[in-house]
Amino acid sequence: MTRHTLSVLVENKPGVLTRVAGLFARRSFNIHSLAVGPTEHEEISRITVVVDVDANPLEQVTKQLNKLVNVIKIVELEDEASVRRELLLVKVKADQSQRTGVLEVVDLFRAHVVDVGTESVVVEAIGSPTKLTALLAALEPFGIREIVQSGTVAIGRGPRSITDRALERVNRSA
Amino acid sequence: MVQGPHPAPPATPRPTAAARPPAAPQHGSTIGPEQVTGAQSIVRSLEEVGVEVVFGIPGGAILPTYDPLMDSAKVRHILVRHEQGGGHAASGYAHATGKVGVTMATSGPGATNLVTAIADANMDSIPMVAITGQVGAALIGTDAFQEADIVGITLPVSKHNYLVTDADEIPRVIAEAFHIASTGRPGPVLVDIAKSAMQARTTFSWPQEIQLPGYHPVTKPHAKQVREAARLLATARRPVLLVGGGVIRADATALLRRLVDASGAAVTTTLMARGALPDDHPQHLGMPGMHGTVPAVAALQRADLIVALGARFDDRVTGLLSSFAPNAAVVHADIDPAEIGKNVRVDVPIVGDLKEVIADLLPELEREQAHHGKPDLEAWWRQLDAWRETFPLGYDEPSDGHLAPQHVISRIGEISGPESIFVAGVGQHQMWAAQFIKYARPKSWLNSGGLGTMGYAVPAAMGAKVGQPDRTVWAIDGDGCFQMTNQELATCTINDIPIKVAVINNSSLGMVRQWQTLFYESRYSNTDLHTGHGTVRIPDFVKLADAYGAVGLRCETKADVDATIKRAMEIDDQPVVVDFTVSRDAMVWPMVAAGVSNDDIQYARHLTPAWDRED
Repeated sequence: MTRHTLSVLVENKPGVLTRVAGLFARRSFNIHSLAVGPTEHEEISRITVVVDVDANPLEQVTKQLNKLVNVIKIVELEDEASVRRELLLVKVKADQSQRTGVLEVVDLFRAHVVDVGTESVVVEAIGSPTKLTALLAALEPFGIREIVQSGTVAIGRGPRSITDRALERVNRSA
Repeated sequence: MVQGPHPAPPATPRPTAAARPPAAPQHGSTIGPEQVTGAQSIVRSLEEVGVEVVFGIPGGAILPTYDPLMDSAKVRHILVRHEQGGGHAASGYAHATGKVGVTMATSGPGATNLVTAIADANMDSIPMVAITGQVGAALIGTDAFQEADIVGITLPVSKHNYLVTDADEIPRVIAEAFHIASTGRPGPVLVDIAKSAMQARTTFSWPQEIQLPGYHPVTKPHAKQVREAARLLATARRPVLLVGGGVIRADATALLRRLVDASGAAVTTTLMARGALPDDHPQHLGMPGMHGTVPAVAALQRADLIVALGARFDDRVTGLLSSFAPNAAVVHADIDPAEIGKNVRVDVPIVGDLKEVIADLLPELEREQAHHGKPDLEAWWRQLDAWRETFPLGYDEPSDGHLAPQHVISRIGEISGPESIFVAGVGQHQMWAAQFIKYARPKSWLNSGGLGTMGYAVPAAMGAKVGQPDRTVWAIDGDGCFQMTNQELATCTINDIPIKVAVINNSSLGMVRQWQTLFYESRYSNTDLHTGHGTVRIPDFVKLADAYGAVGLRCETKADVDATIKRAMEIDDQPVVVDFTVSRDAMVWPMVAAGVSNDDIQYARHLTPAWDRED
């Protein structure tokens, strides 16, 4: 079983996320994470989905996704050729005695404190999944009270845009 | 045709299918924009897209649409008795004609009753459009009366679906729905339209621009792959063409015939493809799979090349996947890329419309054969003919003295002839109808292959008869299946749709009973239906036919079989139901038990061919 990151360009219409997510569920594909948001083109949304599959089922995932009428394009983003990030917000216990220690870790990981209270701070960190795991491990001894984490978003390195050609399709059919 | 308030049979015959334009967008003239209501826009769109018949039932949320529908001179509406019947009727119509079938229902329970028919059409790649009313846009999401999220419910069982709340979108969405349903791999598309959109003022214009940036079915096959397929086919020593229902959907049966003749390969037609190649063609081995012929199953197992055309390697065909066709290279041609490599490892994938695939394959094959010489298939055919001689399809007369169901079905096929349409339910009678009727043309065999929907036969036969009014249409049904959807006999009688129903009545859920005999020590848990000879006969199918205004006949002895079928053939102004009370112990053979290797096919109970002797 290996992990793959797919960028799925879809029509920006209601219900499209349900179609994509439902497909994964009913075909027994494992979703590791899923993130969805707008793109530079109003008509297109971008879903980044990280799946745990073997190579052959991955081809099935892609083909089945392609069958969805609202899916415009699917690109697999290889690890080395792409930048991938997740956003983490974590509430850490940090009273007077612990605060310096917490801030040290935050600095080391180039994270930020975005909320300060008398007993806790909220730390914001952006990074690769491995970096965020490491940060959490470092904060763990202070006492973690709450975590919220986004799915992975990813973009290919270099000048090429995967949305440009998809947009041509949208314009052609309009 | 206007629906009168009284359910009287029409005095004149309905217009025939041939007189109507095809169900495809017409680009001849432009219409509009005209000021209309959303409901009028729906009816106008259906007219412009070429719909000739809609099978449906009105209800609260679809009511606005039924008003202008009453005035349509182009769209005939047939009032069915249950939405599932309407859905299967649309499917049968589509299957028998190749056009898009249309069904209409109201919101909530009307729509949910359609789900089985939609799922059925999805599994068997039937072009169908279902139009459902939805509660008013302001009420959506409030658990309003008769509200159901039918778009959400049918998401996994339809090719695509739409929720329309803005009346202006109606013509475009309907145009897109018909386009999606009928192109690429055909399938059902549901269009759910809010009642408020039907009541709103809007404009109607035609033709409509289709805006589908993510929908581009590949029809033209890759030349290099076609060449490679031709090379393999020209050089294989044990080739088999595995023909699936896609060949019929693609209207490629004439080309298939040429490929069969040019290649000299053995041919097997799946349950969905019966009739794609005439059964009397000398290279035709019959049906593969769980209840396929021994020669067809054995040929696939021993093949060195399988060329699958519009087939999807269903588990009922492959048996235990890991031991399926161990030595075969596989060429797989299909319009749906996702089918290729889904179940079976493929050596040469070809994505394309089968008509184009076979048309491209023929000259390439000729070229390869000119280069390599005609392949020597003599040893292969010697082997295949030996299997055919040793293991022909057959059956034993039942020991209880009752009718052999296989005999009844064979005789219906022979007496009614290959120009008829045969529609089956699901179970033993379906398998016998696939085995013992000799098909000679495409679209003459309709059944629920993928979903296995009991109750498919009567409504689907009704739809087929509407689409092909000049053909004799037989529903070959079981006593279990018949009790699920026979209310559509009322629709048939009242609307002058004279189908013939052969109830192969073994007084039980026969296929389940067969499995109980074979795998559950003959413990018959809940499979007795009390409809056969020597039982209380509840219901009595002859009386039931009579109650529906159909002719009811009963046949209990072999001597009466031919005369009863001929009597049924003579009646063409009323539906006919024939209750054939048959032996309940008859079983479907050959059989590959579920999850077992095809090599372990049983020709009859406890009788597995000794393959080595043949090699």
